[in-house]
Amino acid sequence: MSTQIQPILVALRRHKAGALLIALQIALTLAIVCNALFIIHQRLAHMSELSGVDEAKVFVVHNQWAGNLSEQQIDAQVQADLVALRQVPSVHDAAPANGYPLQGSGWDNFITMTPDQVKPTTDAAVYLGDEHLIDTLGTRLIAGRNFRADEVGMLGNQQIIIPPVVIVTKTLADRLFPDGSAIGKSFYAMGTTPSTIVGIVDRLHRQGTSKYDKPYAGQALIWPQRLDVSRGLYYLVRARAGQIVAAMREAPKALYAQSRMRIIDPKDGIQDYATIRHKVYDSDRGMAILMGIVSVVLLAITGAGIVGLTSFWVGQRRRQIGVRRALGATRGDILAYFLTENLLIGLGGVALGAVLAIVINLWMMMRFEMARMSLTYVAVGVVVLLLLGQGAVLAPARRASRVSPVEATRSV
Amino acid sequence: MFAYYFQLGLRSLRRNPALTALMVMAIGFGVAASMITYSVFRAVSGNPIPEKSAQLFTPQIDSWGPQQNLKGEPPEALNYVDAMALMHAHQAKRQTLLYPIQLSVLPSGSRSLPVAANGYAVYADFFPMFEVPLRYGNGWSASDDGSHAAVVVLSDGLNQRLFAGADSVGRTVTLTGHDYRVVGVTRHWNPHPRFFDQFSTSGFDDASDFYIPFTRALDLKVHTAGRNSCRGQLTFTTWGGWLRSNCVWASPWVELDSAADAARYRQFLQNYAADQQHAGRFAWAPNVRLRNVMQWLDYEHVVPPESRISLLVSLGFFVICLVNTIGLLLAKFLRRAGEIGVRRALGASRREIYTQYLIEAATVGLAGGVLGLLLTAMGISGVGLLFQPQIARLAHLDLSLVGLTLLVAILATMVAAFYPAWRAAKVQPAWQLKSN
Repeated sequence: MSTQIQPILVALRRHKAGALLIALQIALTLAIVCNALFIIHQRLAHMSELSGVDEAKVFVVHNQWAGNLSEQQIDAQVQADLVALRQVPSVHDAAPANGYPLQGSGWDNFITMTPDQVKPTTDAAVYLGDEHLIDTLGTRLIAGRNFRADEVGMLGNQQIIIPPVVIVTKTLADRLFPDGSAIGKSFYAMGTTPSTIVGIVDRLHRQGTSKYDKPYAGQALIWPQRLDVSRGLYYLVRARAGQIVAAMREAPKALYAQSRMRIIDPKDGIQDYATIRHKVYDSDRGMAILMGIVSVVLLAITGAGIVGLTSFWVGQRRRQIGVRRALGATRGDILAYFLTENLLIGLGGVALGAVLAIVINLWMMMRFEMARMSLTYVAVGVVVLLLLGQGAVLAPARRASRVSPVEATRSV
Repeated sequence: MFAYYFQLGLRSLRRNPALTALMVMAIGFGVAASMITYSVFRAVSGNPIPEKSAQLFTPQIDSWGPQQNLKGEPPEALNYVDAMALMHAHQAKRQTLLYPIQLSVLPSGSRSLPVAANGYAVYADFFPMFEVPLRYGNGWSASDDGSHAAVVVLSDGLNQRLFAGADSVGRTVTLTGHDYRVVGVTRHWNPHPRFFDQFSTSGFDDASDFYIPFTRALDLKVHTAGRNSCRGQLTFTTWGGWLRSNCVWASPWVELDSAADAARYRQFLQNYAADQQHAGRFAWAPNVRLRNVMQWLDYEHVVPPESRISLLVSLGFFVICLVNTIGLLLAKFLRRAGEIGVRRALGASRREIYTQYLIEAATVGLAGGVLGLLLTAMGISGVGLLFQPQIARLAHLDLSLVGLTLLVAILATMVAAFYPAWRAAKVQPAWQLKSN
């Protein structure tokens, strides 16, 4: 093999343009495919984030009030609605809320450790609910206790009332009190009075999934409040095992039986978690699909291009191949020649492509705040493209190896 | 000559069907990927109000201070105190505040359940400023703003639902238990992106259903249906307390005709912020902005990064397809070196060979363009898989995109053919003839 490299290089010099074009194509393909795979992986990782919700059983009813109701009327209605929902046979539990994990965007408050601190320590998604919220979501209380019914208060229009007790996610507890002593400690969430941590839940995703939420991922708090604002609220409902379809059908009936002065949008007023997930990650999914299509088509076109050009070279060099065969070269020698030639071009291409892939990633980090691409992607890409080149060249090379020595005597 | 070369080109396409198919597919896929992503990019990055985008400005005032503002930038909307101060100062030709609201329409006729209606609380200037097209009636007047009048401008959509599309001016609608007199009905109007409410929307929401006076909405204590962003300690428990808080929720817009007017208004904002500092309300130096529509859309990153990245990746994809085409054209042309030699020996000039092969490439480009067009049409109908539904529905195949697809395919292929055609034109006739 090694003895073949020198003549191949010499021969390549006579096909500079073709060799350069193949190398360039391999380089560009490598650069784009590496970055596309990286984007796909990142988006898939984003899409597989855990919500902390028992997604197979939980659904959300967006309940808006119609007409002019006072806060007292609304509170009475909310309580009646919850009793009605919990009585539906297919419903396990239900709770009022101001939002839900993976909603897309929602309420969040800055957290400080002292009342006079100006620069916030961190940020937490704010969920309002009653003593049924944790059970309804299906998240696990891992320390402390749940709210008591008598701790749950009302929150009316344009009011900020800071409850004295709060339940936080483990992520928030660890962020604020890394030594694990969060229970019984207190913090401030944009109020003048503190909230004391009485319980810690295992996990609860924030409402948002955006870039803004990223540094605060998993940080959420629950306050014991029923949202009694004229805009409306969300009812989170957990169905009994295997009965979510029935529960989603019966829940609005139960609510309308209570009162018809409400709006539950027929289009997206009731959503299960499959729909919520689908919606909140639609741009991630779209990106992953697009990058997947681009990568596959790109590899196919590059492969086909190599087949095309190599076939042309083989056609052009039939006579020389015949001469070599006549001078004693075996079929294997001819096959090896074309494979080696392709490997040399490919090596040049992937070397340039690897640099290009990293440059593109660096540029995307600057321009689109992407993460740094692991070199594994480049390594995998290099291997894939070299194999693709070898695979693509195989058919024309085998055709070349079948050129009969007689061709040497014929003119083309 | 052109027609003849074109015919030669077509014939040559048929001679190496595999090679031709490969090139046509490369061009077709490349151009289609670029056009599909471009159609989305075009939809999200367009100027929503081209005639006036340089005259409409949104003022920003830093009411949060350097430790709590947005990394040095003032908040993206105004609190009640600053918003009212700007309105009372009346330093612009036209000015409005706005915030999104949601009201309910009670059952009537065949509907047995209430429905939600989304709209905006705005000032009278909103309609002339943003050139809202009206089918019936007009917007309300400045005196209606002053008297907090119970008037409403309906969208064509809501007018269709409530009055079956009839001229409803003068009639009464009841929204969330309050009566409003209809003064106008808009034609379909939903500028993309919704530049005037970047604070609360992604910019690509459904069209609004109605508009009522801002002053009336505040009287009725209609809460914002959009964002409400606050800093520091919040202590309010009433509507009045909320109004006096540092929470920002109102989007302000002003119309300023000339650069001088804009400079004057900027100075006014600066002076206002300085006055607040002297009065002790702000404990920091004035920090104000006055951005026009396109500057605002740019600052708000209205074009989703997904749209930019996919356009760039598609263009990269197209470039690779072209590199591929260069190689294949080179192979195709040089395979016919003998033929070129004969033509040259018979007196064809290099320029003629060059032209012939460029035109042949153009026929490849045309075929690629036609394939690309088919793929683009398919892709745009399936674009809902790739982008968010509210963005995907904006992408469409129109005449300009059809033209652009064909043009880009042909031109790009001809550019790709420069080098291979030049190599073909350089073929030495003597060499070729000798070996035959």
